[in-house]
Amino acid sequence: MLEFMEGSHAVAEIVKRCRPQVIAAYPITPQTHIVEDLAQMVANCEIDAEYITVESEFSALSACLGASAAGSRVYSATTSQGLALMFEVCFNAAGMRQPIVMTIANRSLGAPLSIWNDQQDSISLRDSGWLQFYAEDNQETADLHMIAYKVCEDHDILLPAFVCFDGFILTHTFEPVALPTQEEVDAYLPAFNPYQRLDAENPLSFGMYATPEYYMEFRYEVDQAMQRAKQAFVKAGREFGEQFGRDYSALVEGYRLEDADTALVAMGSICGTVKDAIDEMRENGRKVGLLKIRAYRPFPAREIADALKGVSTVAVLDKNISLGNGGAVGTEVKSALYGSGISVYDYIIALGGRDVRKKDIAAVVDLAEKGKGDMFYGLRTEVL
Amino acid sequence: MAEVEGGCELFSAGHRACGGCGPALAARLLLKATGKNVIIAAATGCMEVFSTPYPETAWGVPWIHSLFENPAAVASGIEASLKRQGRTEKVVCIGGDGSTLDIGVLCISGAFERGHDITYICYDNEAYMNTGIQRSGATPYGASTTTSPAGSCSLGNPRPKKDMPAILAAHGAPYVATASIAYPNDFVQKVERAINTPGPCYIQVHTPCCTGWGFESGETLNMAKLAIETGLWVNYEMVDGRVEKAKKVSRKPVEEYLQKQKRFRHLFKPARRDDVIAQIQGIADANAERFGIDIKRKESSE
Repeated sequence: MLEFMEGSHAVAEIVKRCRPQVIAAYPITPQTHIVEDLAQMVANCEIDAEYITVESEFSALSACLGASAAGSRVYSATTSQGLALMFEVCFNAAGMRQPIVMTIANRSLGAPLSIWNDQQDSISLRDSGWLQFYAEDNQETADLHMIAYKVCEDHDILLPAFVCFDGFILTHTFEPVALPTQEEVDAYLPAFNPYQRLDAENPLSFGMYATPEYYMEFRYEVDQAMQRAKQAFVKAGREFGEQFGRDYSALVEGYRLEDADTALVAMGSICGTVKDAIDEMRENGRKVGLLKIRAYRPFPAREIADALKGVSTVAVLDKNISLGNGGAVGTEVKSALYGSGISVYDYIIALGGRDVRKKDIAAVVDLAEKGKGDMFYGLRTEVL
Repeated sequence: MAEVEGGCELFSAGHRACGGCGPALAARLLLKATGKNVIIAAATGCMEVFSTPYPETAWGVPWIHSLFENPAAVASGIEASLKRQGRTEKVVCIGGDGSTLDIGVLCISGAFERGHDITYICYDNEAYMNTGIQRSGATPYGASTTTSPAGSCSLGNPRPKKDMPAILAAHGAPYVATASIAYPNDFVQKVERAINTPGPCYIQVHTPCCTGWGFESGETLNMAKLAIETGLWVNYEMVDGRVEKAKKVSRKPVEEYLQKQKRFRHLFKPARRDDVIAQIQGIADANAERFGIDIKRKESSE
């Protein structure tokens, strides 16, 4: 049954049904509605969890790490500066193989201070060992949380995950969302079964230090788990589709790509605008399609190359910038398409909440087809 | 003191601490106090490094190390998880003075304000020893370290020790204590009291470092004892914020403690710095006054 609700509320409702036993979070715009809703659920005994009102995001993730190691399913949510403050713990949690699920309400990073959306925050953690999934709408956001727990807690994976959805554009927007019942979620997501836990009956040391004789092998194991996570995601996404009718078995998803000459590549809520723009361009006879990246880590390079092999031009929309080297997604798509002969152009767009309209998408396609790219799109030159 | 089965220590021998390491003795005594039903959350530092080089561990109890500054936050999560699972293990943090008094203060303050049922042990060797003897907030006045070196225009560390026990008592901690490895039974009893007191408790245990302070490795316990006997370290308990049971001593002049350590050598050579020694004596006198530790002074009332 579809219900009309705010994106943040949909996240809180689905997280509740995923039965985390420990929640630790620190308020930051635009994540707050999620953790406020969860706090109210705990206050109303709707959710059987300890809720730790930590004094910082750094401690939020540290507490999640401890609770996870002690044998509990855990949850947190953050964004932007909060995620930046977690940087050290992010690498640590992945290296310690703790299957933590955290929602990222994507927001830009200061300076200058901005509370509005882009994807600089989570993308800046791309090398941390966290799985990263990006949602186009609130339904996908809710659904990806269930899939994320399933993939992370798989004993062949044991990695943490970000479920990313765009701040304000999705977090504060009301959309119809179908929420599964508790029984349905329980049928999909089994109770947490820790691979190892801190336990006086079976004392183990977690987080030891490694000399040069061992360190590389630990990093290799994390990378191997990342690679396995592709198949685990496909499997969990397919099972989700079988149970709920919404299939997420694809790491990347094409839209009107079959006969496209030019493909846009994007992640997150911008994909909705892109699809509408494509529909209009198609009405005008332009053979344009979209490749939506759902899983950014692990990066589906082969899947991207397969999906784009029929196109001649690719325009990547990057809501981030690796300062000094263009957009992160564009760089990686170029790498994935290396040697294919396809022209790939990167567009830094919509940073810090700058609005993107259908006509902007059409303009990007025009630029790409003229061979102009690797640039900021939509700069207000009058204020430069 | 908990019985150790089969004659084995829960903190094993064979770790990689320096000979005469004060913190290693503190770890051993800590686990004698806690017994097996405990989970340790450790900070990065000497103790973590010398006790857990993968794939070896000295810890016979469940132990976790995440980062330098977060054991109190990690422990908060562990405690919440255990509560939810109905488990009974005690949760104990252990960190050095750099972790505890400097970089980890935020996490500790948060955990204590929230009232988690954890015990935090700070092993205080009065500088960042793992990285090569840099000053911390616990380095005493006048000590030469690699980042507060004595020099032609420097007398060593320019500041006195930060009063972390008072800071945590001000958080409403029900039990705060200081201890010294020179008095092992006292330390063990304080740990036992802390872990059996509901809520966040704190113990700062003085653990001389022969490498960092510059004294013979066989002198560790003597150095810890001299710190107490000069009044530069005071063993006391604070219950609900009030000082109780400070250990009384017949005080010796601080010089007897200072001149045995290389970190204070610049106060005696090339020229004797009576002014600085007097200032350090003043710190000991203030400690004696504050905690009422003097046996003799008590008789000659002012």
